[in-house]
Amino acid sequence: MTESSAPPFLQACDLTKRFSGVTALDRVSLSVAKGEVHAVIGENGAGKSTLMKILAGVQPQDDGNIFIEGKSVTLGGVDKALGEGIALIHQELNLADNLDVGSNIFLGREPTEYGFINKKKIHADAQRFLQMVGLEIDSRTLVENLPIGVQQMVEIAKALSVNARVLIMDEPTSSLSQLETEELFRVIATLKSQGVTILYISHRLFEIETIADRVTILRDGKNAGRLQKEEISHEAMVEAMVGRDISQFYARESSEPGDPLLLVEQLRTEAWPQHAIDLQVREGEMVGIAGLVGAGRTELLRAIFGIDAALAGKVIVAKQELNRHNCRSAIDAGMAMVPEDRKGEGLILETGTRDNIGLPGLDRHRLAGCFVNFSQERIDSQKMSREMQIKTPSDWQPVQYLSGGNQQKVVIGKWLSMDPTVLLLDEPTRGVDIGAKQEIYRLMEELAAKGVAILFVSSEMEEVISMSDRVMVMHEGRISGELSRENASEESIMHLATGGQVKDSSLKGIDE
Amino acid sequence: MKKILGIFGLLVFICVATHLMSDRFLTEFNIENLIRRSALFGILSIGAAFVIITSGIDLSIGSVVCLIGCLLPWMLVEHAMPVPLALLAVAAISLVIGLMHGILITKVKLQPFVVTLCGLLFYRGLTRGIVQDQTQGFRGEFSNLRALSQGQLAIPGSDFGIPNPCLILIAVAIAAIVLLNFTVYGRYMLALGRNETATRFSGINTDRITILAYVICGMLSGLGGLLFVLDVGSAQPVDFGNFYELYAIAGAVLGGCSLRGGQGTIVGVVIGAAVMQVLKNTITLVDEIPTNIEYAVIGAVILGGVVTDEFVKRLAARRRSQLAKRAE
Repeated sequence: MTESSAPPFLQACDLTKRFSGVTALDRVSLSVAKGEVHAVIGENGAGKSTLMKILAGVQPQDDGNIFIEGKSVTLGGVDKALGEGIALIHQELNLADNLDVGSNIFLGREPTEYGFINKKKIHADAQRFLQMVGLEIDSRTLVENLPIGVQQMVEIAKALSVNARVLIMDEPTSSLSQLETEELFRVIATLKSQGVTILYISHRLFEIETIADRVTILRDGKNAGRLQKEEISHEAMVEAMVGRDISQFYARESSEPGDPLLLVEQLRTEAWPQHAIDLQVREGEMVGIAGLVGAGRTELLRAIFGIDAALAGKVIVAKQELNRHNCRSAIDAGMAMVPEDRKGEGLILETGTRDNIGLPGLDRHRLAGCFVNFSQERIDSQKMSREMQIKTPSDWQPVQYLSGGNQQKVVIGKWLSMDPTVLLLDEPTRGVDIGAKQEIYRLMEELAAKGVAILFVSSEMEEVISMSDRVMVMHEGRISGELSRENASEESIMHLATGGQVKDSSLKGIDE
Repeated sequence: MKKILGIFGLLVFICVATHLMSDRFLTEFNIENLIRRSALFGILSIGAAFVIITSGIDLSIGSVVCLIGCLLPWMLVEHAMPVPLALLAVAAISLVIGLMHGILITKVKLQPFVVTLCGLLFYRGLTRGIVQDQTQGFRGEFSNLRALSQGQLAIPGSDFGIPNPCLILIAVAIAAIVLLNFTVYGRYMLALGRNETATRFSGINTDRITILAYVICGMLSGLGGLLFVLDVGSAQPVDFGNFYELYAIAGAVLGGCSLRGGQGTIVGVVIGAAVMQVLKNTITLVDEIPTNIEYAVIGAVILGGVVTDEFVKRLAARRRSQLAKRAE
């Protein structure tokens, strides 16, 4: 199954997609042969999802062409793509779990008899497609009674029932157990032998080594290489994903950190109860947490801050152990957290910068036990607006009308007004423009220089590498390794983040 | 401020229009009665406003009015309970009702609509069971107590007076304004009504604040029930307070509260409640409007009000986003 032997079955040429000024895909090409398992990999935000959405007809491309068997096609709409035989299996399953398996497979295409749904035909046909994916279940079973791995197979059976010739699988194993994953691989092999083409997106490089015939690598919305079957290896993939051009435009001066300000001992989160996490951040130290989406980084920060109750473990701020039931005690001890979802968790969008910045401090500054200290609120918000250079026509301007960068500055300013000693940031520069990014970095620098202990999660490699004094890498709920500033590189981080083992002495493994 | 002017304009417009169409509108008796009714419903609307501001709802207001309205004369007349004790009991019952609603909504995480819908059914049924469907009245006694609702503060130099419920409303409204706008608790209510998660992330115990809102609503419903029964003199458990929750909620919404939460001013809510009562009065007085379409008229006016409000809001939003772009 090499490129020369058969004409490409599905071909995408120079696909370009822009989202309000940001280029998500920049002339990306892809060529897939019939009956091939073709993996598409890349870091978070490399453009994999956008590419897949275009191929599945979810979004139209701005530029470029798609060919099926050499014929140019327009895939405007999911139904058009399905008509061409391309089906997308989402990361989150899209089954109606209150209906039975057969009804789900034929949802929207129910065979009828005299205007009524022909149940007999549904179940007879469904059984045939279930067999194709090796499922031996009754098609009358309710979907909600099936384990997640079986539901996934039902999704595949559903795709086959519309004669899909190309199956796009977006992180299909992210919620599967080891056994279910193996079962999925068997089904993929069977489908392949029947001539079905599979586009396989995954962060799990070991899976790709196992099943992929070829790999296309994306980086920053561009093609970053292609590997043939014999070239596929963990190292080769990591190298292509991260590239070599690390621009060092915001190098951080390394400094001598002081005493530990934040101590986390044996913390277990609800998302990953099987792993206990220990970490510490010292005065003036900046620690970055790297890892892939879903590695448990956000859950860890939330548990440290007390938004989600931890199942076990201790959090100690400046030698004082926190009450773990709400974030009030964390805030009182001097901790602050800039959440990942700025609009949902960080801001009251309909109110102005003053209300937003003042909110966490209302309790601390209240007068006579219950009254709002309006002058303190005004002073705080004006001071923060000035220091953070928040651009807004007035204090009262609802923050929903501000740009992403300005909004993020409001969230950070809101916490800085509390003079924190430990600052947690979750994706501090997501969705902000380059100028605001620089200002946020400068600010983090200044805070660290003042002695604030900073712990931040970031999916941007450059950010983690250049800002951190130390990098902790997470993989599936545990800290898979810790890298000093000198040893932190895109390769070493990606290696740990994809479940690689610590292999040389420059990397300090946690669970050795 | 603009919003209050808008609803105030509507109130003035309806008053003037009614006066032009009926010479019975601007009579001393009618105006005094109108102020009294508006004040009573205003108290209920302020209670409703607090839960609506926290993006909740309370459908049980009318049934709480019924429960308190029937229990008070029942305790005083049937059981000869001393007045202070009866008042204390009434206050305690209202408080417990609000507390229960708040706890079920925040700790058991039930939807406000469901909790208070069950309350609506439960308190009415409970009242009818306790008083055996018998009308409860004061039998011409307790005139001192009833003066709380029926009396008025004479304006010196005229034979006109301010009805006592109006004075009580003013006191309640001032307390509500202070609580909502000048204390941290009010600010927390406004914040959590708009974004509960972000408010919790700011270290605020949002559950406690939500419970407080339901307690306030329960207490004001109880106060309303007390004043209504003192005013009328008797309460029939089958229909006393029927639909009052809807008048209270409509008044709050007309006064600028959004059911999405986080918005509303007490002054606006009081005017909104008054608009509802004036409108009812208009329909009774103006012969051209048949009384049987009362609900249709009220429904249409509320709908017109919120539609206008929505359009004004969109215009303002567009202007603001242009302003923000210019600032960057």
